[in-house]
Amino acid sequence: MQNANEMESFRSDVRAWVNENFPTSLQGVDLAGIAGGESGAKADDDVKVGLDAWRQKLAEKGWGAPTWPVEYGGAGLSDPQADIIGEEIHNAGAYNPIPHMTGMGVTMVGPTLLEYGSAEQKARHLKGIASGEIRWCLGLSEPNAGSDLASLSTKAEDKGDYFALNGQKVWTSGAHISQWCGALVRTDTDAGKRDGISFVMLPMQQDGVETRPIRLISGISPFCETYFTDARAEKGDLLGNLNDGWSVVKRLLQHERQSQTGGRGVSMLDSEPLHVKAQRFVGTDDSGALVDKDLRQRLVRNYMDGTAHRLTAQRITDEAAGRVEVSAAASILKNSNTRFAQQKAELALEIMGSQGIGWSGDDFAEEELGIVREWLSGKAMSIYGGSYEVQNNIISKNVLGLPETTQKG
Amino acid sequence: MAALTEEQSILKDQATSWVEAELPVQKFREFRNANSDGGFDPKAWSAMVDMGWTGILVPEAYGGSDLGYLTFGVILEQLGRQLCASPLFASAYVGASAINLGGSDEQKQQWLPAIVDGSEILTLAVDEQPRHQRDAIACAAKASDGGFVLSGAKTFVPEGMSATAFVVAAKSDAGDVELFLVPANTTGVSRSGMATVDNRDYARVTLSDVAVPAESHLGAMSGGELYEQVLNRACAGVAMEMLGVGCFSFEMTLDYLKTRKQFGKVIGSFQALGHRAAELYSAQEMARSCAEAGVIAIDNDADDQAAMSALSKAKTGEFLFDMSNQLIQIHGGIGMTDDYDAGFYLKRARALEALYGNQALHRDRYATLLGF
Repeated sequence: MQNANEMESFRSDVRAWVNENFPTSLQGVDLAGIAGGESGAKADDDVKVGLDAWRQKLAEKGWGAPTWPVEYGGAGLSDPQADIIGEEIHNAGAYNPIPHMTGMGVTMVGPTLLEYGSAEQKARHLKGIASGEIRWCLGLSEPNAGSDLASLSTKAEDKGDYFALNGQKVWTSGAHISQWCGALVRTDTDAGKRDGISFVMLPMQQDGVETRPIRLISGISPFCETYFTDARAEKGDLLGNLNDGWSVVKRLLQHERQSQTGGRGVSMLDSEPLHVKAQRFVGTDDSGALVDKDLRQRLVRNYMDGTAHRLTAQRITDEAAGRVEVSAAASILKNSNTRFAQQKAELALEIMGSQGIGWSGDDFAEEELGIVREWLSGKAMSIYGGSYEVQNNIISKNVLGLPETTQKG
Repeated sequence: MAALTEEQSILKDQATSWVEAELPVQKFREFRNANSDGGFDPKAWSAMVDMGWTGILVPEAYGGSDLGYLTFGVILEQLGRQLCASPLFASAYVGASAINLGGSDEQKQQWLPAIVDGSEILTLAVDEQPRHQRDAIACAAKASDGGFVLSGAKTFVPEGMSATAFVVAAKSDAGDVELFLVPANTTGVSRSGMATVDNRDYARVTLSDVAVPAESHLGAMSGGELYEQVLNRACAGVAMEMLGVGCFSFEMTLDYLKTRKQFGKVIGSFQALGHRAAELYSAQEMARSCAEAGVIAIDNDADDQAAMSALSKAKTGEFLFDMSNQLIQIHGGIGMTDDYDAGFYLKRARALEALYGNQALHRDRYATLLGF
């Protein structure tokens, strides 16, 4: 669409703008942690003021969601242009906080709204997401509906001009700090398992909604149990058709897999290359090779897996340019990224020896403690967004065309 | 797969349909049944020459089309799918690379047009022991009377019985591994065929005080650099053939999973096998990305082409190793029979795994290149 010269000129414009506008007070701050609302990351006042100013500037450009139409708070740009914005913000040592500040807004809710939302719904919800002002959570999983999501039992009763929701959701990311929720609810108990489900949107600040953060093995609480007791969702906030919520959520989860195939913003695991860490902790022989030959082979396998994943993601992007079908490729990439990232964290821990069991305090460097927490939180990668095994079911059925392996009602 | 130019796409389609129509694996079977000492069908080889495949890496000034390594790799992948035997890779890929990189104008003029028209078949003679090791070269090239005297013994030389000239890796007086062009009929050169599981042409080559003129030395890159670069390119090419062998093995297996019934169901409906297929598919896609990146890095003269070459050989090796084992396992009893093609793919897989270094060797190289 755009030629190389236009892209280069776009890139230099972006670079100049970022350098001019990224506040110096935010240099080197863990903005991902702060924007993501993580309990461990505390921001002082300077940072808060700087972050809000930076957010507003990005929002004015429409760069919170650059590919969305301008009328909905985006910038109407192409995917390659959006990539350039991301790269230049990263290269400048800056960070785009809007996706994290909106919870599931920019990555999942917004793209699904763009496809399934009425003009009125898009006009009402998208700008708040693109500007980073409204944080969204998703009420999908339930205590008895994890990988088998369609067995959910939270009910939405038709009350004329609104639905009354009753039931419990779990693993609701950021529910305690979100303003809005997209919830998957049962609207027809007589229909087949996947046929009686609808997708509704509702505000979190109301009497019928209660959230309880869940403390995880990594010590943080990004997820909640969310209870609906006659919670109110307006009829106008039904996304897609009544009882057709399963097709909405399938699309939503494809966006989730897409957003999970890269890394997250700042990682302590990336503060130094693993082989450098290994040279520091394990030592090298006269030729400069790691003395632990077994570790060296496993390290290089992990490096190769990472490179293979990145090359494949790039190849699939190139292949899919101009096409919309993302499901098959995205399924492969989620597992390959998970394997690579979990293995990488395990290697980091192994390399650090007993420094890798530190929980808190001055005996451990901040980086070491960060790695331990990331090792633990990373165990969720093969569970959320469709577990490792569910991904393999999807690949074998949808990509390879093998018969369904499990019975579904 | 990687984005191809229109010219590359046309060549790929041509190769795919020619291989399927003219040289399917059934032809390999027929040839093997008639020639248990290995080799290739000369008619198929001359058809490849006629289609211009021997000139893909050769500059237009020397009669080639200069279409590059990705183009050649795509053809190697197609040939790998049907286990097509020919000296195309040894001569027009490895041999042509050595002369392109290391040859003088005169050497290029002498050898490249002959590679293109098929009148010369070149092959790299490197290994001296069963396990490939780049620095384990004892074969000596001593300066003498304005030329060189080569002595040593090479083993597992691909296409070694049909080659008309060897590109011999030998150690110079300075201790560097250099490459020398040695016509097979030079006095002091003797060879004997080796029977291998993949039924290809391999030879032991003995060099007994072989006197060659100074102009047999490929000297445009010195200090052992040419040797490294030619091997790096060779590995990326082998990876593309391995990709083809592995992808076809996957397709055979997937087809079997969809048709073979046991316990009243097609066996692909069993989750253990569905997940295994999903893992193999993922490994195949990763291998494709790495193999293509290996040849693309050469075309781009990328700074990291040595590492990408090691990556391509290691990752396609990893995929093909598992894939060829699962090819047999999932086919069950029929996979063990000589009447079925699966065994051919397993055997070729291991021959390619060993060629120019196995996975472990390339992982070691990758780590060394990255500085650990």
